[in-house]
Amino acid sequence: MTTHAAAPRTLFDKLWDAHRIAERPDGRTLVHIDRHLVHDLSSPQAFSGLRAAGRRVRNPERTFAMADHIVATDEDRGDATVPGGTEMIVALRENARAFGIRHFDLGDAGQGIVHVVAPEQGLVHPGMTVVCGDSHTCTLGALGAWAWGIGTSEVEHVLATQTLAMHRPHAMRFYLEGTMDAALSAKDLALHLIRRIGVRGAAAGFVELDGGLVRALSMEARFTLCNMGIEAGARAAVIAPDATTLAYLRARCHALPHLDEALARWAAWHSDAGARYAAEERIDVQLNTPQLTWGITPAQTAGIDETLPQPADAASAQEAAQWQRGYDYMGLRPGARLRGQVVDRVFIGSCTNGRLSDLVQAAAVVKGRRVASRVRAMVVPGSAVVRREAQALGLDRVFKEAGFEWRQPGCSMCVGMNADQVAPGERCVSTSNRNFEGRQGPGARTHLASPQSAAAAAIAGCIVDFRDLGAGDAGL
Amino acid sequence: MQAFDTLAGVALPMPRANIDTDAIIPQRWLVTVTREGLGTGLFGGWRYDTEGRARPEFILNQPPYRHACILVAGANYGCGSSREHAVWAHLDHGIRAVVAPSFGPIFYENCLNNGLLPVVLADDEVAVLLQQLQHRPGAACRVDLRRQEVTGPDGIVYPFSMDAGRRAALLQGLDDIGMSARQMAQIDAFQARQLREQPWLR
Repeated sequence: MTTHAAAPRTLFDKLWDAHRIAERPDGRTLVHIDRHLVHDLSSPQAFSGLRAAGRRVRNPERTFAMADHIVATDEDRGDATVPGGTEMIVALRENARAFGIRHFDLGDAGQGIVHVVAPEQGLVHPGMTVVCGDSHTCTLGALGAWAWGIGTSEVEHVLATQTLAMHRPHAMRFYLEGTMDAALSAKDLALHLIRRIGVRGAAAGFVELDGGLVRALSMEARFTLCNMGIEAGARAAVIAPDATTLAYLRARCHALPHLDEALARWAAWHSDAGARYAAEERIDVQLNTPQLTWGITPAQTAGIDETLPQPADAASAQEAAQWQRGYDYMGLRPGARLRGQVVDRVFIGSCTNGRLSDLVQAAAVVKGRRVASRVRAMVVPGSAVVRREAQALGLDRVFKEAGFEWRQPGCSMCVGMNADQVAPGERCVSTSNRNFEGRQGPGARTHLASPQSAAAAAIAGCIVDFRDLGAGDAGL
Repeated sequence: MQAFDTLAGVALPMPRANIDTDAIIPQRWLVTVTREGLGTGLFGGWRYDTEGRARPEFILNQPPYRHACILVAGANYGCGSSREHAVWAHLDHGIRAVVAPSFGPIFYENCLNNGLLPVVLADDEVAVLLQQLQHRPGAACRVDLRRQEVTGPDGIVYPFSMDAGRRAALLQGLDDIGMSARQMAQIDAFQARQLREQPWLR
């Protein structure tokens, strides 16, 4: 590691310096991967490639496996899921066993969505390099780790060498300042930001997030914000650790040897005073209304009472065309409002909003009320741990008594790979991260929203401002 | 990895921005443990109706484009999900090069790791190509990695730049993992030092 005592370094400079192993003859740098997470969707072909080349998993002790994408979420589920899916579940199980990898399989007390499970099990720390064959690996940057999503060929590369080859990525920093209505959540903030900066507004390999608005967020809210980073083009979205981070880690890493020394070292992962990124941007936020998407990219977002934009007002012909495509697909028209749009489905869950605090917020809206008769609504906790903690608080009863389905953990309707799908033409308010065409099922119309907005839509049968409903019966 | 040198043939215009990997290969074609046969799912949501019948109005179903080997698209092509199936679907369908003003970062890397050539040209250059290809269905383009040039249907040549190391690897079809594996001794030394300094990583 090269250090220059005088030169202030950014968080990214420090992470880069600490993980460089060597230069490769082709000009790329070999970067060490401290933690590798694998799941059922993107790993089977990587393990087959490894076998075909006669290679082994170099560091099974740094690798953790989770069954999440294809798994069923029924109460009494087994391996059976959609046709062909069982093979993926079994493949991961056998690969984990053959190569000696700890696997959070179906039935495991820690099973769940990889980006929910990894922090909760204490597998991710500040200053780590973390990769997973999943674009939402950026979620884990909330802990001050350099965490990013990779493809299956790279998964194979990491399995074989515990490294990736790369050029030093473009790094930048956003300062988020301003104020938000206290009832709103990190999801409203994330959607609002993507709308303002666009789906490539943070296009960089590494994006540090800082500023008063970020510092005020709870740990779980930070996961939500970083999770949506990739939707603005940020391959990694990273928040330097502070007291919030360290308190979270102390509670989850108690089994680690030398924990106090580790905590002291983790606290040092931040940009030095005076260090500057090549690009820095300050965004001032005054956010007072719930934000939902109306179209087919996360940037097509509006406040609940705004009139939806006219294509004639778009910045370019290309944007106008994209807006029109959004309207056609979503069955909406310019000038309409989101408030009052009739809803068929509601999904609460995913690596964006499947944590305990998300379920607490949704339950506060739901308590003592009934899901509208036209709506089929489901809650899919992000992990078995979240599910148990929620049950200990009685949230399962709140949701079930209101008419929600209370399901087993998995990616479920966020990725639409298992049987949890939105039917063609149905409108769904969803706490997930992507409103792409067909994402939740062929022809599915997705409105991304916060857990409170989703819960309120389930009760009202249409999109409403959750604050108008007030807290449910006696609150929580 | 299959080597890439020069390619000439029918170019398929996809004149929209932000074509995400969910659109390139929808979730129902991801239920597999192999890399093979994914070409049938390429743009599946647009290409087939809900009964699975080909939609004649979708460009990939039109006769001039059945054997397209180059795809030209709007900005941010391949954004979204990291699914490498999106790249395998192009290759299985016979598409070996994609030309666009920009790419989703994970898709771009996945392309390079599989011998699907991602070519970045300027916005206005892609706009001209798209216009010509839409005007003359079945028109051909040429992509030459050795010379780093795209030739449009009208013979206009557009130079493109690319990382020299990745270009060399594509030209030779090199095994990327094999290249890193030659540096195992350095990886060993790094890990030994890291575990000494941070025993909690053990």
